[in-house]
Amino acid sequence: MAKVFHSPTRSDARNDRHPLREQFSPEPLGRKTPKSKTPGRPSDRFITDRSAMDFNIANYMLAGLEENAVNNGSVHSPSKEEYKKQLAENLLRCNNHQRQSRILAFKSKPPPPPEGFENSRKSLYSQNASPGESKPRAYFRHIPQTAERTLDAPDLLDDYYLNLLDWSANNVLAIALGNTVYLWDATTCSIAELLTADEDGPVTSVHWAPDGRYLAVGLNNADVQLWDSQELRQLRSLKGHSARVGSLAWNGPVLSSGSRDSSIINHDVRIRDHVIGRMEAHEQEVCGLKWSPSGHQLASGGNDNLLYIWDASAASNQGPSPYLLRLDDHRAAVKALAWCPFQSNLLASGGGTADRCIKFWNTHTGVCLNSIDTQSQVCALQWSKHEREILSSHGFSQNQLCLWKYPSMVKLAELTGHTSRVLHLAQSPDGYTIASAAGDETLRFWKVFGDPEALKAKSRSKAKEVGSVLHSLTRIR
Amino acid sequence: MASKQPTRDVITLKGSAAIVSEFLCYSVNSILFQRGVYPADEFGRVKKYGMTLLMCQQERVKAFIDTITQQIATWLETGTLQRVVMVIASMSTKEVLERWNFNIENDNEVIEKGVTREKSDKDIMTEIQAIMRQIAASVTFLPNIEEACTFDLLAYTSVDSEVPAEWAESDARLIHNPQVVKLRSIDTMVHQVEAMVAYKFTEEL
Repeated sequence: MAKVFHSPTRSDARNDRHPLREQFSPEPLGRKTPKSKTPGRPSDRFITDRSAMDFNIANYMLAGLEENAVNNGSVHSPSKEEYKKQLAENLLRCNNHQRQSRILAFKSKPPPPPEGFENSRKSLYSQNASPGESKPRAYFRHIPQTAERTLDAPDLLDDYYLNLLDWSANNVLAIALGNTVYLWDATTCSIAELLTADEDGPVTSVHWAPDGRYLAVGLNNADVQLWDSQELRQLRSLKGHSARVGSLAWNGPVLSSGSRDSSIINHDVRIRDHVIGRMEAHEQEVCGLKWSPSGHQLASGGNDNLLYIWDASAASNQGPSPYLLRLDDHRAAVKALAWCPFQSNLLASGGGTADRCIKFWNTHTGVCLNSIDTQSQVCALQWSKHEREILSSHGFSQNQLCLWKYPSMVKLAELTGHTSRVLHLAQSPDGYTIASAAGDETLRFWKVFGDPEALKAKSRSKAKEVGSVLHSLTRIR
Repeated sequence: MASKQPTRDVITLKGSAAIVSEFLCYSVNSILFQRGVYPADEFGRVKKYGMTLLMCQQERVKAFIDTITQQIATWLETGTLQRVVMVIASMSTKEVLERWNFNIENDNEVIEKGVTREKSDKDIMTEIQAIMRQIAASVTFLPNIEEACTFDLLAYTSVDSEVPAEWAESDARLIHNPQVVKLRSIDTMVHQVEAMVAYKFTEEL
């Protein structure tokens, strides 16, 4: 087959092309030299294609070869020369005044992508393209990769802004499925149906009081109800909100409730006029609410991407109370909140799909201590009570649970199994088992924070070892 | 018409130019979709080359690509086009992130003497399919585009050809320290198109 060649020099240039290089044509003189791996030496004639890509060298070459351009035979107008000079200075990375082809671009340009458009491919592929740093590292403790137990959770609402799972101090798990709240006793594996809110439902949040007997239930009709889990009866109903109550938190006898009407109300459940404080700073639904272990501070996260820290003393005052801190680093709804059990004033917060970060805060100063991009929506966070570790649950694309070492934030394990975003996490009272509820309508139990049995066995065997060593010592002597 | 038959063996210069320019048009659209330059909902599905391809439906982008496709066809007929490069550059920094190269080799004999060549439509379609699949598969090795980007098309023509009124000379918009992946090629026996993608290589952090 005959190829089209306009001039002999051109054909030379064509045959010289290296199949896997990009830079080739504008340099008929730089041919035949095998491509060196290192940038080519700056000489006036033999310029490797590689060096043509090097801005500095190319620029230098261009300056040096400006006079030689005349030798090339082709006549250039001064304006053209000037144009090239400008290009060279600005962005040109090759000296193309000896080129064989003319590079043309259409004068009008295509429109830019619409404002605020984010490349959706990023979330599609970022999980796969994540560099080695996210690889789970070997760790001395065995972390089971599969769920210990899986329970069916039909009608579990796939709503990011709700809090439908909690584990009591009495080892009873409360979960809201549609309009009904079920209690699952983890000791006996027995199931009880606590309530069904047909007209007022669905249930939008559940939260155990610290004593493990009373359960606060937030409803879609803006009510908060208090239930006795032993007698399975309602104690009282707390009104005050005007929209669904998606988050609840206890602090002693005080119940804080966060609602879609963007307010947080503190109820003292012992007294008749139960509303003792109203905190209004959020502009959208409050979806995350957690009291610090000390009970001095309340963290609230909202759909307005804001995280507020409130003081307990201010919270009990009547009337609007000012917040301590307003943290606006997240770029999506802040639902996942967890106070560190071993370090006071340390709060972990996770953002939604557009943010994907876990951030650590000193709630005294408001300083962000660390921020980790998890490559996926952060739905819930749980600290380990035994190790300096934190567990996060995620959504698309892997719907996994991630176990992180704190403070290095090395990923210790990635637990997959759920087929939809893992919306809720709850920790067993002994701190070893984690329950996770996901949009795939399953409830799974994971022994991520170690196994008490294994720990005991280990310590026993260790003791034995030491004993045998001592034994042998005594025998030798 | 002959197109009813399973193969149409005779390929003229005009026919080849039409095939190649159409192929370039679909490739550009496919790259725009695969690389997420424009939102996915601005693309519509089209059956072409025995596969489903995505075409940008936004009027201005369409008009831009169509105008260029027409000009490319004209150039192909005169044999002056050497290369078409699609550049994807960052909006904010103007840095070129990807260069999709389509090198074109022209068969002089056909252009000058008007002879015809023979190659079955099916073979050409298979070659085009292969490139389209490679473009779709390229997202697996290309780095993520994390910022808003625009694209542009550069045409390398021979020096003696005339510059159309709406066109201006441009620099090559090369990438510093690129990684280059060669894709497949198509050959209409009149024009041979070699595809290749160069992208900005960033070291592991």
